[in-house]
Parts: sequence; C-alpha cells; structure tokens
Amino acid sequence: MLDFTLDQEQDMLERTIRRFAEERMRKVFRDAEEDGALPRQVVQAGWEIGLLPTGLPEAYGGFGEYSAVTNVIGVEALAWGDLALTLAILAPNLVAIPLMVAGTPEQQAEYLPQFAGEEPPAVTAALVEPRLRWNPRKLETTAVAGDGGYVLNGVKRLVPLADSAELFLIYAAEEGRVQAFLVPAGTEGLTVGEREMVMGIHALPLFQLSLDNVRVPAENRLGGEAGIDFGLLLNHSRLALGAAAVGVARAGYEYAREYAKQRVQFGEPIAHRQSIAFMLADMAIDVESARLLVWEAAWKLDQGQDITREATVMKQFVDRVVLDTADRAVQILGGYGYIREYPVELWLRNARGFAHFDGIAMI
Amino acid sequence: MISFEMPERIKNELQMAEMVARQVMRPNSRKYDVHEHERPVEYINVMWQVLREQNRRRFEKQMQQNGNGDRPQREGPNWSIVRLIAMVEMLSWGDAGMYLCTPDPLLGGAAIEAVATQEQKVRFLKKFGEGEPKWGAMAITEPGAGSDNSAMRTTAVLDEETNEWVINGEKIFITNGKLALEESDGVCVVWATVDPQAGRGGIKSFVVERGTPGVSIAKQEHKLGIRVSDTVSLAFENARVPYDNILGSPEVQEEKTTKGFKGAMKTFDASRPAVAASAVGVARAALELAQEKLADEGVTVDYTKAAHEMSAVERDLIEMEARQKAAWLLTLKSVVEMAHGQSNRLSASIAKARAGETATYVTQKAVELLGPLGYTHEFLAEKWMRDAKINDIYEGTKQINQLIVARSILGYTRRELK
Repeated sequence: MLDFTLDQEQDMLERTIRRFAEERMRKVFRDAEEDGALPRQVVQAGWEIGLLPTGLPEAYGGFGEYSAVTNVIGVEALAWGDLALTLAILAPNLVAIPLMVAGTPEQQAEYLPQFAGEEPPAVTAALVEPRLRWNPRKLETTAVAGDGGYVLNGVKRLVPLADSAELFLIYAAEEGRVQAFLVPAGTEGLTVGEREMVMGIHALPLFQLSLDNVRVPAENRLGGEAGIDFGLLLNHSRLALGAAAVGVARAGYEYAREYAKQRVQFGEPIAHRQSIAFMLADMAIDVESARLLVWEAAWKLDQGQDITREATVMKQFVDRVVLDTADRAVQILGGYGYIREYPVELWLRNARGFAHFDGIAMI
Repeated sequence: MISFEMPERIKNELQMAEMVARQVMRPNSRKYDVHEHERPVEYINVMWQVLREQNRRRFEKQMQQNGNGDRPQREGPNWSIVRLIAMVEMLSWGDAGMYLCTPDPLLGGAAIEAVATQEQKVRFLKKFGEGEPKWGAMAITEPGAGSDNSAMRTTAVLDEETNEWVINGEKIFITNGKLALEESDGVCVVWATVDPQAGRGGIKSFVVERGTPGVSIAKQEHKLGIRVSDTVSLAFENARVPYDNILGSPEVQEEKTTKGFKGAMKTFDASRPAVAASAVGVARAALELAQEKLADEGVTVDYTKAAHEMSAVERDLIEMEARQKAAWLLTLKSVVEMAHGQSNRLSASIAKARAGETATYVTQKAVELLGPLGYTHEFLAEKWMRDAKINDIYEGTKQINQLIVARSILGYTRRELK
C-alpha cells in the first residue's frame, strides 16, 4: 500500500552509495573532469558496490533481486557524486540489462556470467546517431538479413568507452524496426573513431563508431528470432537517466543552499533574502517532484506495466528540472558559480546533456 | 517499501465518489456558477445521506473507544486521512466549489477533534450524525490579519458574572459561515485573543453555534470562482459564548510555548494537503477535458514521438500531465507521512505551494488549448480556471507556503527569514 519510505535494504544501499559518492567520487571528480580521464580505482570501487550483480538472475551469479525502484534510488545517489563517473560505473548495464530483458536463454548463458565477476566487463552500447532530428525509435543505421546473418551499416555517436570495449551492443533498424546486435570488438568493418569533444562529462571517454558492412551471425541478434521490444529497453534507459538527473539536480540544489547560508553580503547571509530563499524553495520542490515521477515510473515497471507514457512524461519534466536547478545554482553562487574552482558550472554543463542523452545509461 | 498502490477500500469508495461527481455534480456545475449563493441541494442531499450515517457510526465508535479520555491505540497507518484526501481530489474533479458545500464539520470539526474534551465532542459533533444537513466552519482571517494570523484583533473577554466569553471583532472569508450558523444547526470555530498584549500566546479558539447573541453575517462575498461555495464575513458585537465553548486551555501561554496558536497552525498540516488535493482534482478535470476535446479533432499525444516531432500542443499536454501528476504525488506523500504518524509540516507546504500553482497553470492552459470556445460557457474549462485560482490563495498563499518551505530547508526562524 501507498508508502514513500525505503525498505531496509534500499536504505542500506542508499547510505553506502551516499558515503561512496561523498568520500570517493567528490574527491576526484574535478580532476577527472579537467584531465578527461576516468579514475580507474573509483570506477572499480563503484562496480564493487554491486548495483548490477544484485539484480542478475541467480543462475548467472546474481541474487535475482532486480528492482527498478531500488536501482533509481541507487543511481540518484551515485549521480549526486558525479555524472561522468556514474555513467562509467553503470556502463556494464548497457549490455547486461538488454540481455536480462530480451536475451535468449543461450545468449544469457553465454554473456551474463561475466557480469557477476569482480571486474566490470569491458562492454558498451551504441544507439545515438548524428542527426539534428534524432529519434531513437527511427534509426538510420541498418541491419540487413542474408547469408545466415546480418550486415550492419551506419554511423554512431556518443558511444561510451568504445576504445576499450571488447563487446558492443549495436542498435540498428531492421526493416524499419529497431533491433540490437552483439558485435565483438575487432569485427571487420567496425571502426572506433575519434574521441568526442563534448560540453560536459569530460571524464567519460565517448567515441564515434562507424559500421561498414559489419557481418554479424544470426545468433548474435539479441532475443534471437523474436528480437527485442526496443520501447521496453528505452524505458529502462529513461529510468536510469531520469534518476541520474535527479541526482545532479539535488547536488546543485544542496550546494547552492549551503553556499547561500555562508555567503554574507550587506551584513547577513544572502539566504536571508526571499529572492534567494524562494529560488531554493522552488529548487527543493522541483527535485522532490522529479524524484516522485521517477519512482512512480520505476514502480510501475516493477509491476510489469508498460511505462512508455510515464517514461516520456517523466523525462520531459525531469530534463527541464535538472537544467533549471543547475542554472539557478550557478546564479546563486554569482561570480563564483562561473569559476571552475566551484562545482556548479560543471553541473550546469552536465545537466544540459540529459535532453540529448538516450541509451547511454540503463537500469 | 515504496509503493504507489492505493488501498483497495479507498479505490472502491473513489468509484462511488466518481459516480456522484459525474451524475450529481457535473450536470449542475454551470447552474450554480451562474446562480451564485444558491444551495446545491442535489449534491447536499446525496452527501448528507451518506455522511450522516458515517458521522454517527464514527462518533459512537469514538465514544466507546475513548470513554476514559484516552486516544485509541492504533496499529499501522491511519488510512482515513489518505481516504479523505483521495475523496477531496475526486469530488473537486467533479466540482471544486460544490465539494466545499459538503455537509460535514470539515475544518471546524478538525479543530474540535484535535483538542476538545469528551463533553465538548458530544455537544458539538454528535449532531452531525442526526437530523437535517449541517455544516462546520472556521473563522480565522480578519481584514488586517491574513497570512499574518498572529495580528488578529478579535478579542474574547471572560465575563465572570455570567461565566461567558464576550467576543468582539470582525472575521472575513469564512467558508460555509452562513450554512453553519444561519441555514443549519452547525458549528463555527472562531479564533480570538484573550490578551492582545500576549501575541500568539493569547490566541484561543471558541465554538460558536446558531443563535448566539451578538453574532451576525455582515456580508456574503461575490467571488471570481467557486461561486456555489458560501463565503461570508461575521460581525461579533458583544457576542456571548458559554465558558465551556473554549477549545483547549484558557491560560495565556508563554511566547515560547504558544500551544493555542500552534494548535491553529497544526490544523493546516491536514488542511493544506486537502487544498492541494482539491487543486489537483480541478487540474485533472481540465487536463482530461482538453485531451478529450482535442482528441475529437484528431490531436492526441503519441508518447513514442521524439520531442522535436511533437507539436506545441502535444508538448503542452505532456507538460500539463507531468505537472498534474507531480502535484498529486507530492500531495499523496504528504498525507501518507501523516498517516504514518510522521511530521508532514514541510511536505504539506510543498504540496500546497506546488499544487496551487499547478492547478492555476493547467486550467489556464486548458482554456487556451480549447480555442475560442474555451473562453465561452460551452465548456466548464473557463469555470474551472476561475475555481482553481482559490487553491493558490487560501489556507496560506503560495508565497506563504514557499516561505515555510524556505525556512524549513534552511533551518531558519521567522526572524532570520522574514
């Protein structure tokens, strides 16, 4: 029945991740951003928290306790620490979740056990394409059947960790419907291109990927003959990104709140002024609203409902909230908000990404 | 454990409320909007049948359970507040003005139940389970004391000879004041100070009933919306109230332990989510009407489209849906906290501030999306837009609630953040 409190396990997980975010991620995130490189130890430690392995089926080494609600709680807490590191820590999900949701028993048996290991497997997924009028449901990358397999052609962008990936999940349109294909690195015609120069999340290496007559055996089509329900996978991705956006928004709100209590002008903290205090109140309410929309969509997914509508409505709302909140955080810090010594300018750059991100996170 | 599942019993009751909304409220909405101040007898009669019986059983149960004056021990969450809020949402979806005419002790009843003695409950609440329809009202606001309740000037002085409180002053914006004091044998809880020098510590509440000498209805307001709802000013000219009609202790409290005043404020913890729920109900009505009428003309939201593929109208509809849902979830969270016995002061103000604003936005958008006819009496949207606005104002304006939220998240007193 109606309840808005975390259960004991969720509460413990959230505390663990909050501590990790504060003590590990927040210590390294700025250097990682400026260096454009991932701190391997922190990513490894993030993997060891076990958000993904816990949800894997027992047969493949997990605990079989998949819960979208638990995952959105965990992802919010992680993303509060840093978005780029969060996306890196969650990268194995990009392949594991589609396998769990849509893989054939043979595919699951072959690929899933590696996700219960001590090291995060080097995998990634390629969905985004270079078009102004981008729609994840209408891809230009094509998959054509023939000769007991498929031939893939197209160009992908914003592919996380592609330089080190050993296995790619590549989304392509097959007769107009989106399907996904498991492609090992080194397959002929699959070329990892230049590293992307982007506005934020610099610590996360993103790449272009080109597919030139890449041949994929039929058994590597995710879901076998049945294929995938791409809309369902997109919903899993939107939950992950929605939860991450709430984490980024909360980071901005909390930082601005504490700053406004410290910063003295005209003899008193600027938070004593309604113009600042009311901005903070709105930010707090926005973050809470966004979180509840994410939780509700996650809960419905756990109930087995089709959440396409909820996920779309939530995403439009949350994408705006995270940008607004980060922007107001910069505004409240004034000149300091614009300086890279403070974190809020990074959160504004990261926040802008959410409306553009699809399929680069998955829960 | 996080869950968005409404208890089954409440779901069933909501189905009945929806029937009342569709069959009794909606068909009469326009009539009572045009004929301001007429009693919506269709709605009142249907509701009284049900509420009289409910109130009677509830009262009897209460008397049995705490005949010794103790509050009943409860196990698990108290779903009745969730049920109430869900009903308010549904009935406001029917008609937000008519819902306010529900024959029930309402706010006045909540104030009485919170602090009344056993004997007072018998005198003031038992009658809501018998006879003709009755109403409860609450008089706090004064011309010079709106959001700043503590500035109230109405006084109550004890006449020791007759053992009566003598009340003098003016109270305004009283919902159901006429229904409670003139048109039925109801109750009105009136807030007054027993010591104007004592500030908040001197503020007490008194139950006023029909026929109290010196109490008169000074004015019946004409409003922007919720026109069917009765809103009056009350004049108190040496009004005489029996000593035992005071709720809680008659002692003036120290400024630090302003219990009486805090008692008044505590009723807001329940009433603010109720206003939020009413706002969400009107917003949902307007959103559904816009969706339905636009669908008739071939405009429906395709949730699988990318944002750039949607028309401005589709994006508006999604924005309305998101805000309406978010406001409802905030409201539910606030009452579920209350049901679990947690403090919901912050969440109540969050819900109230956001839901009032949301209803204002959604209803105004709905009128816009309905084109030229949106502005006419062809649809109820224009009425709902007028109705919705009150939720952004009463039980604390949006700004007052923002102030409460701001103080709470910053850990500030009212001196630090004015």
